Amino acid sequence: MRLTRRDAIAVLAGLGVVGGGAVAVDQFDPPTAETAETGETGDGGGDGALSATVTATMTAAAAVVYPSQTEGVADFVETYVVGRARDESRRDAMRDAALELDAIARDWYGDDFADLSADDRDSLLRELGVAAADPVADGTVSERIRFHVVNELLYAFYASPTGGRLVGIENPIGHAGGTESYQRATMLEDDAGRVERAERAGDAEDVEGSEADE
Amino acid sequence: MSNPAESDRTPAEIDRMPAEIDRTPVEDADVCVVGAGPAGGIVAHRLAESGASVVVLEAGPRFDGDRQEQLEQHLRPGLDDPWGMGGPRDEFTSSGDSFYPLNAARVKGVGGSTLHWQGMVMRLHERDFELDSRHGVGADWPISYDDLRPFYAEAERELGVAGAMDNPYAPPREEPHPLPAFPPSHSDSIFAEACERLGIDMHSVPNARNSEPYDGRSPCVGYGTCKPVCPSGAKYTAESHVEKAESAGARVIDRARVRRLEHDSTGERVVAATYTTPDGETHRQTADQFVLGCGGVENVRLLLLSESEQYPDGLANSSGLVGRYLMDHLFAGMGGRLDRPTRQNHVGFNTSETHQFYDDAEPVNGLKLEFLNYAGPSPVIGALHADTWGDDLLGQLKADYGTHVAMGALVEQLPDEDNYVTIDPETTDDLGDPVPAVHWSIDDQTKAALERANEIQRTVLEELGVDVEWAVGPDNTGPAFHHMGTTRMGDDPESSVVNAECRTHDLQNLWIAGSSVFPTGGAMNPTLTIAALAVRLSQSVKQRVRN
Ligand SMILES: Cc1cc2nc3c(=O)[nH]c(=O)nc-3n(C[C@H](O)[C@H](O)[C@H](O)COP(=O)(O)OP(=O)(O)OC[C@H]3O[C@@H](n4cnc5c(N)ncnc54)[C@H](O)[C@@H]3O)c2cc1C
Ligand code: SF4
Repeated sequence: MRLTRRDAIAVLAGLGVVGGGAVAVDQFDPPTAETAETGETGDGGGDGALSATVTATMTAAAAVVYPSQTEGVADFVETYVVGRARDESRRDAMRDAALELDAIARDWYGDDFADLSADDRDSLLRELGVAAADPVADGTVSERIRFHVVNELLYAFYASPTGGRLVGIENPIGHAGGTESYQRATMLEDDAGRVERAERAGDAEDVEGSEADE
Repeated sequence: MSNPAESDRTPAEIDRMPAEIDRTPVEDADVCVVGAGPAGGIVAHRLAESGASVVVLEAGPRFDGDRQEQLEQHLRPGLDDPWGMGGPRDEFTSSGDSFYPLNAARVKGVGGSTLHWQGMVMRLHERDFELDSRHGVGADWPISYDDLRPFYAEAERELGVAGAMDNPYAPPREEPHPLPAFPPSHSDSIFAEACERLGIDMHSVPNARNSEPYDGRSPCVGYGTCKPVCPSGAKYTAESHVEKAESAGARVIDRARVRRLEHDSTGERVVAATYTTPDGETHRQTADQFVLGCGGVENVRLLLLSESEQYPDGLANSSGLVGRYLMDHLFAGMGGRLDRPTRQNHVGFNTSETHQFYDDAEPVNGLKLEFLNYAGPSPVIGALHADTWGDDLLGQLKADYGTHVAMGALVEQLPDEDNYVTIDPETTDDLGDPVPAVHWSIDDQTKAALERANEIQRTVLEELGVDVEWAVGPDNTGPAFHHMGTTRMGDDPESSVVNAECRTHDLQNLWIAGSSVFPTGGAMNPTLTIAALAVRLSQSVKQRVRN
């Protein structure tokens, strides 16, 4: 089962991020004086080092929390995480949680989180209490990692058409597409067009907003 | 410096607020509407359109912008309530045999509780208006189905109801619904096999939800999260009426909490509504006519808080019945698993019901049955709550999703004076006002009707071959969040609070819009009737507005 960037875009569309494919690699880096002035935090400013760590940590966590048969994790996670980071408050909290996880990995296991074996990553997360922790956006470190790393990744996966399909629902709640599928007896084998539908839904909202303003 | 009302908001909410909003009163207002839910919204729109100067005072905020924030708050554990309910502003107390979860049952904001609602909208039946004459229980309304019938048709256009003429048990109607019904779900077709064999008629559900583009809003695109949030705007919310009212010249002041109504020296007219804004200022809005649309609980609270020397028991309360006869609809449900895919949770609304048992005399309480399209857990939500991940989690989710089916039902509760809303002088909100106190119990007759609903549900599910795994019935039922009956309508000022026009018996220019005027509540979701009464009330108020 292969996740695609399009899956990530469908989930992002549901969250109101349209055009999530256009990624800026160094989203997570601190703004330079120049970008801070123009208010364009991140884009094109830093050297990409911090972003690389955040993305690598998130991808490495995804490889553990996603089912083992999943392919295409790196592209999917990068697209999703970068799209998600357009919401500034989320971006900072996600970055901090990922960096904390990485720091704990070095502390406890002597290596970057992304460089640990999958078993060690799994053990580390469980030892930290992340599996049992309630997701709390500004809680303890385990609660924050649960919210900003594990649940962020699980949301992206199971709200995506491919992730949903694995469980038996091609249009999971959270983004457009259920109006046809609820009437069908089985999952459609051919799912081409589903992203188009999701994107159309995103566009429709823009149109609707402008009508309401009239 | 922040004040108490401001400080319970999230930083994101405060950011969204324009720096300077004028929340001072409108001079020379003809009509002051309190509350911007469907009742207040429809009245404000109608009256503004007719040329009256209208001001709407709404306790909650405007939820401007897209609905993605609310969508995420709904789906992801660990975030705040999507509509910000439950803070110090919303405190209440509950007594009686059954806890009443008031803050799950309402929303404060422009749009009112329709921001969160499900959007099933059906007309009451003819018998609902004459339960006492026909069956010797409950009360008669001072108006009949025929009186309300043309207003029901208008209300359906106002809310944009998608429906079909396929329900043999519905009361008479002369025209189709404004929008075509949503087609039945795959899950409905599974139920249809059993219902066919059992002689139970299934039919469509009227939904205040666009099956096609309508009223400038998108058609349903299937987010599946209708309750509590529809990100596409396909589900009707009263924000539409508030916007239209504003376009027609009404002024809508959000975060304006009305705390008292003042009357003149004769005690016959209300002269002002005093309200407090987030900056801590208290203002006085005068008007010629006052319409309360605060919902079935806050309408009562405002009247009781407005006690005066002349009216020590509260305003419009010469009958002593303000707050009495609180009713809700009770939920009965049952569900389990089948050995085939049932395709749940694609959409967040239902497409089939049966009203076949609604008019039965045994039990006399109305009851309607629903075939759910959202039985069992949604995998996304399951994943976010799980205490594992990876292949383990996938295995759990696969085992949990795919084969659930369930039926729901709403059951009528008859009016009982001992179920009531009052104010609790011991407990105050963040402005220092006594909070609403709900006293509510479920009587044996209602429990028997719940039992009957369960019996039909079990028959259908067993006919289908379902392993019944859960049931909600007499012992674990809960309210459907339709608070009704607390300012009942009637001809006799001694046994009712408002007259057939929805004007209070005691004060000439004070009107009440909403389900608090229902003498009985049937078993149909109330909002279409609220809307029909609001349209009707607007006509009466229009005639009274000076000039
Ligand atoms: C979860 C849920 C699902 C529902 N599903 C359905 C359904 O499927 N079908 C159906 O018919 N109904 C449904 N309902 C009920 C429906 O939402 C209500 O019947 C309807 O919104 C009531 O309209 P209203 O205008 O009378 O009151 P509300 O919509 O509650 O609006 C009242 C407004 O008044 C404001 N207010 C209160 N006090 C004051 C004050 N002192 N000063 C200023 N403003 C004040 C409030 O802030 C609020 O915005 C549902 C409700 C809930 C909670
Ligand atoms: S399924 Fe519900 S939430 Fe989704 S678009 Fe339709 S009405 Fe809105």
